[in-house]
Amino acid sequence: MTLDICWPIGIMFSLVGAMLAIFGWVTKASGEMYKRSLDININLWWGLFLLAFGVLMLLSAYKNAQKAKSK
Amino acid sequence: MQSVTLGWMDYSIMLIYVGAVLGIGQALRKYMKSSSDFFLSGRSIPAWVTGLAFISANLGALELVGMAASGAKYGMMTCHFYWIGAILAMTFLSVFMMPFYYGSKARSVPEYLNMRFDGRVRCLNSITFAVMTVFASGISMNALAKLLQSLLGWDYHLSLWICSGVVLLYVLKGGLTSAIYTEVLQFFMIVLGFSPVVYLGLKEVGGWSVLKEKLAGVATNPASIGVGDKAFLPDAWTGAWSPMLKGASANPMGVDLFAMVFGLGFVLAFGYWCTNFLVVQRAMAAKDMSAARRTPLIGAIPKMLIPALVILPGMIAAGLAFSGKDDYRLPPKVIAESAYVNVVAAVKHVAATGVTGEAAVQEIAKAAGLKMMSGKVDAIIKASPNLSDADISARVQNAVAENDYDGVILSLIKRYCPTGLLGLALTALLASFMSGMAGNVTAFNTIWTYDLYQAYLAKGKSDAHYMWMGKAATVAGILISIGCAYFAAMYNNAMDVIQLVFGFVNAPLFATFLLGMFWKRITATGAFWGLLLGTTTSAVFHALTLATGNAPGVKGGYLGVVQSFPSEMAQNFWLASFAFLACLLLTTVLSLATKQNKTDAELTGLVYSLTPRIPQADEAWYMRPGVQALALLGVCLVLNIIFW
Repeated sequence: MTLDICWPIGIMFSLVGAMLAIFGWVTKASGEMYKRSLDININLWWGLFLLAFGVLMLLSAYKNAQKAKSK
Repeated sequence: MQSVTLGWMDYSIMLIYVGAVLGIGQALRKYMKSSSDFFLSGRSIPAWVTGLAFISANLGALELVGMAASGAKYGMMTCHFYWIGAILAMTFLSVFMMPFYYGSKARSVPEYLNMRFDGRVRCLNSITFAVMTVFASGISMNALAKLLQSLLGWDYHLSLWICSGVVLLYVLKGGLTSAIYTEVLQFFMIVLGFSPVVYLGLKEVGGWSVLKEKLAGVATNPASIGVGDKAFLPDAWTGAWSPMLKGASANPMGVDLFAMVFGLGFVLAFGYWCTNFLVVQRAMAAKDMSAARRTPLIGAIPKMLIPALVILPGMIAAGLAFSGKDDYRLPPKVIAESAYVNVVAAVKHVAATGVTGEAAVQEIAKAAGLKMMSGKVDAIIKASPNLSDADISARVQNAVAENDYDGVILSLIKRYCPTGLLGLALTALLASFMSGMAGNVTAFNTIWTYDLYQAYLAKGKSDAHYMWMGKAATVAGILISIGCAYFAAMYNNAMDVIQLVFGFVNAPLFATFLLGMFWKRITATGAFWGLLLGTTTSAVFHALTLATGNAPGVKGGYLGVVQSFPSEMAQNFWLASFAFLACLLLTTVLSLATKQNKTDAELTGLVYSLTPRIPQADEAWYMRPGVQALALLGVCLVLNIIFW
């Protein structure tokens, strides 16, 4: 048994996603900044998506670990 | 290249990524107990991980930059590098070749050659391969350091050494597993970092159907965005097959059907995906035979769809440039720093003497060393008395007519990414450069330790000794790569020369494998001399042919031009086809002329006809590699028909 790769992927994307989403939320009033992303608050939305992806990876890592334990 | 300024948010994302890869290395350290753990990941990795690493090892940053560049320059036909240039070869590897690689218990591709033929073939292959890997990683690190320098204003040497240092740290700690894990991480970084850019680009252009209209405009008037002077039929940028079926002169790539299907789709693709240890090593690390055979099949699924992430941006850029929205243009080639003084002087001289029209444009173009757009140059000359030297330089730069296609992907990232997302996209790029180096270095240390050091220099040492050697080879491999990076930085055409050599080496090799795996009559002597002479023949072919528009020299034709091709790409594809056939013929003739020294028993497990089929009874029919391979080919066919 070696390290389950879902852990590092999950941790990294949850962290980056949460940071991007919070950053997007804080900067949502600055319309000037989001002009280049066609007036979409891309940091907020993409941050949330990355966070969801990261959490999903963490969940699957957790499930794998439980399965390995019960064996 | 225009520089960008990063915010603290962007730097944080980069730091998190570096932290993640170093953390992976640290966490894997305790699993590295034997040399097999270090070089082969202890053959313990699940198929989906090796499958993603399998294609990710090939998805380097130069590939990303180059595919977007080709997307803008040639359009939809670029997808063939993915569709006919990979999928068929990957399914072939899974169904026919993987049983021999994995089943023979060879630890590397050269080691298989040693079992099937003899030490000479192994030696030839491992030396050329080792040299190629350090050069490949050097070229890529040079490009990375150059990019960081021009884009972010970082110091070239510092960037080169720090990035290499990070790679060194995590490869030393986690060996091949580190490299494979960071490749998977990089795969997700690229997919998740580039998707929003592609989405925003497609949205701004107005969707796929509007993009097709714009690209039809590009095809009928390529000069409008500076991608060429010759007009094509409207579908030249949006069809994968229809422009090619009309012949080499009917498509911007200048490639005909035979060169594409046989040269790229068969020789180059099979040569790369089936015999290059860099990718095959990923499959060899899989936990069992079934996972090893499934590795290329799992990799093939994203491989088919990646064109949407890497080629589509180039096509979007061409479409945007054609509509000229917000003055967007394909990024221009940069005027050399040293030429600016002459350029400003030329503008002032022209304005003072009253020279106008084509003569004025010529004079400024000569000073800059690049072609200029006459309309913009006229405007600069008129305005010049009221402009500072810096303004003149900036405007002349904007008037350069030649495109820097390699800047296409960055120009889109800069256009659409606010700070935050910018950090994510740039980190994805950084990640692909670094994992490219890690992949090459792990292939290098395995080949060096197993196929050169253990085989010829120090037989029968302890496992701990070889593991120590592997770590030393990792350090040496990285140092040599850095040396190669400086070499590539010093000589502008170093990269052309090296890619050329790759072409000579890769193409004939597949003939050796094909014959060796499927015909037991092929002898070691035949294989060795066939490979060596096949490589030499391809060098001679290159010296006697030239693509239209190139001067004889590095690009070929230095021994006289016997045959000329419509494009460099066509020349490469024909060269590969020729080298393959030469090696095939020579190996066959020489084998028939020499005696087979190996008995059938020795060749069992190495040659198709002498190896018992793998029993498949315990697997459901839909899990069999053959069935899955056919399904994948079907999907690929449908994609080709949709984008015909």
